[in-house]
Amino acid sequence: MAIPLVYNVRSVKARWTSTIVALVGIAGTVGVFVAMLSLARGFKATLVSSGSADNALITRAGATSEMTSGVSIDSVKIIQDAPGIARGGDGALLTPEAVLMAPIPLRSTGTDANVVLRGVSPNVLSIRSNVKIVEGRMFRHGLSEIVVGKNAKTTYSGLTLGSKIDLGSGHWQVVGIFDAGGSAFDSEVWGDPHLINGAYNRPDTLSQSVTVHLTSPAALQQLRDSLTTDPRLNVDVTREIDYYAKQSTRMTTLITILGGFVAAIMAIGAVFGALNTMYSAVAERGREIATMRALGFNSWNVVLSFLFEALLISFVGGILGCLAVLPLNGLTTSTMNFQTFSNLAFAFKITFDLLWMGVLFALIMGILGGMPPAIRAASRPVATALREL
Amino acid sequence: MKFSRLILANLFRKKVRLILTIGSFAIALVLFTFLAVVKSAFSRGTEIAGADRLIVVSRIGLMQLMPISHRDKIAAIPGVKAVTHNHWFGGVYQDERNFFPQFVIDPENQRKVMTELVVPDDQWNNFLKDRQGAIAGARTAARFHWKIGDRIPIKTTLYGGGSSEFNLDGIYHSDRPGGDESQFWLQWKYFDENAPAPVKSTAGWYVVKLDSPDDAVRVAKAIDEKFGNSSFETKTETESAFAAGFAKQFGNIELLILTIGSVVFFTLLLVTGNTMAISVRERTSELAVLKAIGFSGRAVLFFVLAESIVIALAGGFMGLALAYMAIPVISVAMTGLLPPLILSKSLLTLGIGFALFVGAASGLLPGIGAMRMRVVNALRRA
Repeated sequence: MAIPLVYNVRSVKARWTSTIVALVGIAGTVGVFVAMLSLARGFKATLVSSGSADNALITRAGATSEMTSGVSIDSVKIIQDAPGIARGGDGALLTPEAVLMAPIPLRSTGTDANVVLRGVSPNVLSIRSNVKIVEGRMFRHGLSEIVVGKNAKTTYSGLTLGSKIDLGSGHWQVVGIFDAGGSAFDSEVWGDPHLINGAYNRPDTLSQSVTVHLTSPAALQQLRDSLTTDPRLNVDVTREIDYYAKQSTRMTTLITILGGFVAAIMAIGAVFGALNTMYSAVAERGREIATMRALGFNSWNVVLSFLFEALLISFVGGILGCLAVLPLNGLTTSTMNFQTFSNLAFAFKITFDLLWMGVLFALIMGILGGMPPAIRAASRPVATALREL
Repeated sequence: MKFSRLILANLFRKKVRLILTIGSFAIALVLFTFLAVVKSAFSRGTEIAGADRLIVVSRIGLMQLMPISHRDKIAAIPGVKAVTHNHWFGGVYQDERNFFPQFVIDPENQRKVMTELVVPDDQWNNFLKDRQGAIAGARTAARFHWKIGDRIPIKTTLYGGGSSEFNLDGIYHSDRPGGDESQFWLQWKYFDENAPAPVKSTAGWYVVKLDSPDDAVRVAKAIDEKFGNSSFETKTETESAFAAGFAKQFGNIELLILTIGSVVFFTLLLVTGNTMAISVRERTSELAVLKAIGFSGRAVLFFVLAESIVIALAGGFMGLALAYMAIPVISVAMTGLLPPLILSKSLLTLGIGFALFVGAASGLLPGIGAMRMRVVNALRRA
């Protein structure tokens, strides 16, 4: 017969100080573990959600990002007629874009951040269907107007609706705010490509990249075959979603390694804390344990009972740790992406499976911290333990 | 010391607890040093920046090019000792994961301005003669096992795409601890001859060496005024301000790591402090006996404090030793992601100081309790 679970719950309550210390140790570890993973996931999700499976990004062959790419106006004319590109009322759904970085001060520190300034074609909203104007209106081509992503508006200063800002040699007015569904575009500023090239003394015959809307996700191969075999072109064709996934690798790896290392060290510390707590629990209860053994519970029952106690503490600790970091979900922060040097706002993303992993992590710590003391409790000879008065 | 045997005997009374407590201390210290080292890696650029150097970039954006003619105009400004110019090359060695910064440099002035980056003279002379020559930082050369004389293929979108090969003529070292030894230098002349039209005769940024660091503000202003209202306006900052601006863009991440880390560090301290308090409480009757046979209250306080400080120091040293061994390994694992992680002497001292402080603090409360307790009450409790 097993030892009643109430026994463990009561003894946890009786030694509440050391229980709390063990709880805090485990909760802290789980909290950091979940927070770090959610940060890495949020960063990745922001970039990955920027891309769409229906879109393809065309860059100069070998370019690692839009910043180092260039596609001439002659190439754009050839690309326009390629197979696999969807067509709308006014021709191919294609946007040759000017991409550069403008220094705009961060609201938080007042120092300049590298904000992506993107010149887009008039039909860009039908190509990037995840982008919607939520305030004001779209900019008009040929006018010094810009629209601003919703994160750019809150992260950088001087980008609220109606404000005027100098970028390059141009004076621009913010006429609209767009929502790109939490993707990297939300940290960008969009305007007329010809005016942007003019303001930055750049040749208007060169775009950084061309984004096209495909007739179907499967049409990518057809488009790639046609463009990469064309001797007049020297381009790479990437599915938009893959391009943005690649842009997130370096930062995600960094956060995961750093966070993993910190969480691993803390886990060892928390196991030590749990061991200490459970060992003193065993030491203080030598006579209780011996009494139970004398009553007829076997050593296996005692091991299970102590293990249950350790798991109870670690489970509650794990839940507390998860609850403590839950308010971070959706919290937006910004950093510079190593791979493009551009500033990017992103949100912590705490998903159900992360919480589940956190609690599992806590239970593993509980088993590691509870097993040795439980075995010691069960292996002491009954007679010796009872004699200890 | 005549009481050392008593203190030692007390220490080893519960061996498992002793090991666990020392272990917790060690882990707290490993965590402390790791976080401090990562934090300093993020802000390294600011710390090692030359006080007598200015960085000149285009006012309209970091990646905007400026005409090469700016060089002579800057050099003519009083207070300027030397000017050199750079380009960001942005090529790929084998795979994008093998990232390291590639700079197109101006060999004539590089060594006059970047005085702390040292190349042996014979290697430098070979580089000057070799149009397709390259010089790599010691860290990057070690990372890819390059030797002098190797041909290094770099994929680039310039020169009409494809791959260019460069001859590794030399390896530079930084004579400042923590200096950047990851750069890869290429010849500007070769770059300029092959560059497409919009990139020809341009510079990405200029680095200015001053006669005196006190002149920084005046010279920076003079440079920006010289190009004011031209089509290529400049923004001039001291090297440390430039690096700080860059580092601030990471700001939030760094703050997050630190907040999370310190919360956890104090959690671990709570655990150790609690253990020490328990171990003193368990021994109340023994301490009372000591007082009963004539030891003063201060002596009892001393015993408790000595014990907790010995534990803290043992754990502290162990933690720092672990960190000392682990950090170079992590640093290598993070090549290309973070600047090298360096465990400085001052950080080690700080770590030991921290351990001492926590050891003393966690022994103090129970120790004072033991000092003040009344012998009769304590003995009766037992």
